[in-house]
Amino acid sequence: MEPVLEIRNLNVEYGLGDRAVRAVRDVNLTLHRGEVLGLAGESGSGKSTLAYGLTRLLAPPGVITGGEVIYHPEKGDPYDVLGLSDKALRAFRWAETAIVFQGAMNSLNPVHKISTQLTDVLKAHDPNMSEHSRNARAREMLKLVGISPDRMDAYPHQLSGGMRQRVMIGMALILQPQVVIMDEPTTALDVVMQRQILGQLIELRERLGFSVIFITHDLSLLVEFSNRIAIMYGGRIVEEAPASTIYRDALHPYSKGLLSSFPALRGPRRELAGIPGSPPDLAGMPTGCSFHPRCPKAFEPCSTHIPVLGRPDSPDGAARSVACWLHPTEQPVG
Amino acid sequence: MKYFLQRIAFYLFTAWAAITLNFFIPRLVPGDPVQSLIAKFRGQLSTEAINSLYVLFGLDDNKGLWAQYVDYWKQLFQGDLGLSFTFFPSPVADIIGDALPWTVLLVGITTVISFLIGTGLGVFAGWRRGSWTDGLLPVTTFFSSVPYFWLGIIAIYLLTGPDSFFPSSGGFDSSLVPAWDQYFIPSALQHSLLPALTILISSVSGWILSMRNMMVTVSSEDYITVAHAKGLSERRVAVSYAARNALLPNISGFALSLGFIVGGTLLVEIVFSYPGLGFILLQALGAKDYPLMQGIFLVITISVLVANLLADLAYLLLDPRTRKEG
Amino acid sequence: MTIPTSSTAQVIPGQGAMAAPEAAKPAKAKRQRFLFLKNKKAAFGLIILGLYVLFAIIGPWITPYDPDARSNDLVQPPSADHWFGTTHLGQDVFSQVLDGTRPVVFVGFLAGTIATVLSVIIGITAGYLGGKTDDTLSALSNVFLVIPAIPLMIIITSILDNASNLLIALIIGLTSWSWNARVLRAQTLSLRRRDYIEASRATGEKTWRIIGFELLPNLTAVIASGFIGTVIFAVLSLITLAFIGIVSAAGWNWGTILFWAQGQQALAQGAWWWFVPAGLAIAFLGTALSLINFAIDEFVSPRLRSAGKTKLKTASGGTVRMRIGFTPVLSNSPEPHTRAQIHPDAMTPVAREATK
Repeated sequence: MEPVLEIRNLNVEYGLGDRAVRAVRDVNLTLHRGEVLGLAGESGSGKSTLAYGLTRLLAPPGVITGGEVIYHPEKGDPYDVLGLSDKALRAFRWAETAIVFQGAMNSLNPVHKISTQLTDVLKAHDPNMSEHSRNARAREMLKLVGISPDRMDAYPHQLSGGMRQRVMIGMALILQPQVVIMDEPTTALDVVMQRQILGQLIELRERLGFSVIFITHDLSLLVEFSNRIAIMYGGRIVEEAPASTIYRDALHPYSKGLLSSFPALRGPRRELAGIPGSPPDLAGMPTGCSFHPRCPKAFEPCSTHIPVLGRPDSPDGAARSVACWLHPTEQPVG
Repeated sequence: MKYFLQRIAFYLFTAWAAITLNFFIPRLVPGDPVQSLIAKFRGQLSTEAINSLYVLFGLDDNKGLWAQYVDYWKQLFQGDLGLSFTFFPSPVADIIGDALPWTVLLVGITTVISFLIGTGLGVFAGWRRGSWTDGLLPVTTFFSSVPYFWLGIIAIYLLTGPDSFFPSSGGFDSSLVPAWDQYFIPSALQHSLLPALTILISSVSGWILSMRNMMVTVSSEDYITVAHAKGLSERRVAVSYAARNALLPNISGFALSLGFIVGGTLLVEIVFSYPGLGFILLQALGAKDYPLMQGIFLVITISVLVANLLADLAYLLLDPRTRKEG
Repeated sequence: MTIPTSSTAQVIPGQGAMAAPEAAKPAKAKRQRFLFLKNKKAAFGLIILGLYVLFAIIGPWITPYDPDARSNDLVQPPSADHWFGTTHLGQDVFSQVLDGTRPVVFVGFLAGTIATVLSVIIGITAGYLGGKTDDTLSALSNVFLVIPAIPLMIIITSILDNASNLLIALIIGLTSWSWNARVLRAQTLSLRRRDYIEASRATGEKTWRIIGFELLPNLTAVIASGFIGTVIFAVLSLITLAFIGIVSAAGWNWGTILFWAQGQQALAQGAWWWFVPAGLAIAFLGTALSLINFAIDEFVSPRLRSAGKTKLKTASGGTVRMRIGFTPVLSNSPEPHTRAQIHPDAMTPVAREATK
């Protein structure tokens, strides 16, 4: 499969100097063309930081301390997004990677009409487009996400939460980006609405052919809607594998813990259990594997040595990777 | 529309409360001010004028409080605010009518300019945090802690003099007669510059600070990040997304603090002997001219109410959430 | 005459982050209180304020001259004998400023206390009880907010001939509580919906206990900020009243000094020393109080804290600034990446422009 976005050794910190907190540590991840890549983890695992860090959208005091984000455009040679000038980055944003944010409530500017917010992005990226065609395009996008185009003149407060999130999805697709990052896109919505919107998005993806990075703490949604899943803990990726593999046969004890903390939607019944303890404080990360204080299977090397993400020694090892001393890896990934 | 009607109802209620307060204030005055006035202007007061004064001061023993209150309203609706002691026998309404335009033009225009400049600078300071604008904050804090009138005194001391462009007092050249002509208008403008500058300097910092804080607060809203993610220009994100939203609470703040600002500006008029309401108020205070004081208080209150109503109207136009369909 | 405009956001419910301040958890409160003093603005403001309070207490005892005593040094500029010069009657301005500190601080703090107590009672009652009580109390505070306070004070004070400092403090306190009451009402409303308050209500805890033990501790910062704001306002009001000469019976204060300076044409005589010290005294007191208030605001809403160090050194030696929307990148790839050619067809027009 052809890659679209390659994250290489990405490091993100909050704050400066001694008090800096490392929120994302040496992350390597590849998004392939046309796939839905799920990113799961508890709050504070660094998954949202990773997503915002990709396009340099982290608010101060966030700092990207190292790494590259290689983007492969449809035509032409790949380039590093983190090396773009402000002007080039502005042009890159939304045209190549769009984001659907957490909390649809606050993602729309309350004082402007939907139409204004849909068309200003067209105007910014293509100043020569006529007003008529901008409006036509905005209507088209609303129709695409199942909103009647006569809601163009509505203000955000006049729409329901579900409609607002649909507008955001329509807005994200308006420039036909290659990559759509979705950060907890449906957490604020009820379960029925969640599935309806996600289903619609997957259908759109098949039609328009973009790739998705889908971030959520809800692993059940990922299992259902994504092709591959990466699980983050303490700023690192601890396991990465096809969704069905994770669901059937997770290797990392943390992944297993996450899986057993929600009821299965399909397949056999399983026993529900949470993970004891709480996510680590990023400022005072444990030595060795950061999960070891909570891990039921921790043994001697875990508290002193950091396990490297690599291919496990198993029959399906070529398609997956894990960072755990229980599963010695053959070669590091990345 | 419902929002607007509610506001109107509130302002009518406040106007009623202020007028009623005004009705009771002179009833606190110890002694019989009318008697001493009659003595002062022996023989010059008509019976009618004396009656009007008694109604105003609530010394009409023949009537109950309620009847007095009704009479007071009747007088008010006829535009009768009583007679001034200081400028006897001019009616209070006439004196205020002469002074009001000066105050409205000076204070009104300067306050609006100050709000606009302060808000503009605040947008800049809030958006570019950590730049040189943060260094302005201590300076502006100092200026906002100085009483308006003291700054006026300093301005007179430093900037006026026999050879200075700035006149030190008055609203126009004393050799001129007020008229809308090419002599009077430039003179009036020249006289208003220094008082206006004083009000501007001491009031602008408050707006800078509050707008800066609102910008900082709004800057971390999700829709600002979305605007950046959309690749909009810096200018559009700052103005159309951040400032546009930060402006709304600042307008409410503007409306609410008008009552406070007016108090300070009256003193500036006093320092500059500017022929507005503040200057007249000083004279009324010196002469214990209660009808004039009351009239001035009433007019100031109503002006502030009207200004508030205008600010509400602006808010209504700027915030779609207060607008209801239909 | 500025009001604590920084709390604008607190007044308008649902606007901005200030509408819902982080409720300090009891366990953290002690450490945070300690942190508050570490704030430079707070420390500086408190030190200056402390000096003023000190002079308010000992001022009248340490004046080099009787502030009323006349001498033959008429309108003298500052000298070793008279640090701030003398008035038209040969009175020592330095002694007058020192002696005048006490009434200013006294009226400021008393009026601030009266207004704060009133605003706490009215604001919290309105916010907590809601319904008709809220409507009535809100209307009342809005009326007081809109009616111009200074002219009202001027008229009342002038009618009550020769008001004492105590009476003036009372008048100022009674006319300036409305802003804080509004802020507190909004805060109470937002706190009341918090889980832990709802829980206390559900378990049938007594209303006064909830208000006293759950609400008030979380409103401390807001109340303190309102108090400081009212003290500033009260000081300026007292000075104003004294400057227009309607409280002449209440002894010396900085406003009275300015009143005499203005009345005796100090300006025309070039006697700058007559009005400059009193004005600066007001300005520094106001600045100190404002600084304390900024510190409280930053304490309640950490976003307002000045950004601190915002310039960063990148690996290649350049500097980048921390700003919203463009996260700084300290070091890129170890091996420099060649800027690749992007196929023009794959780009939006602006991207085409940007990569030229």
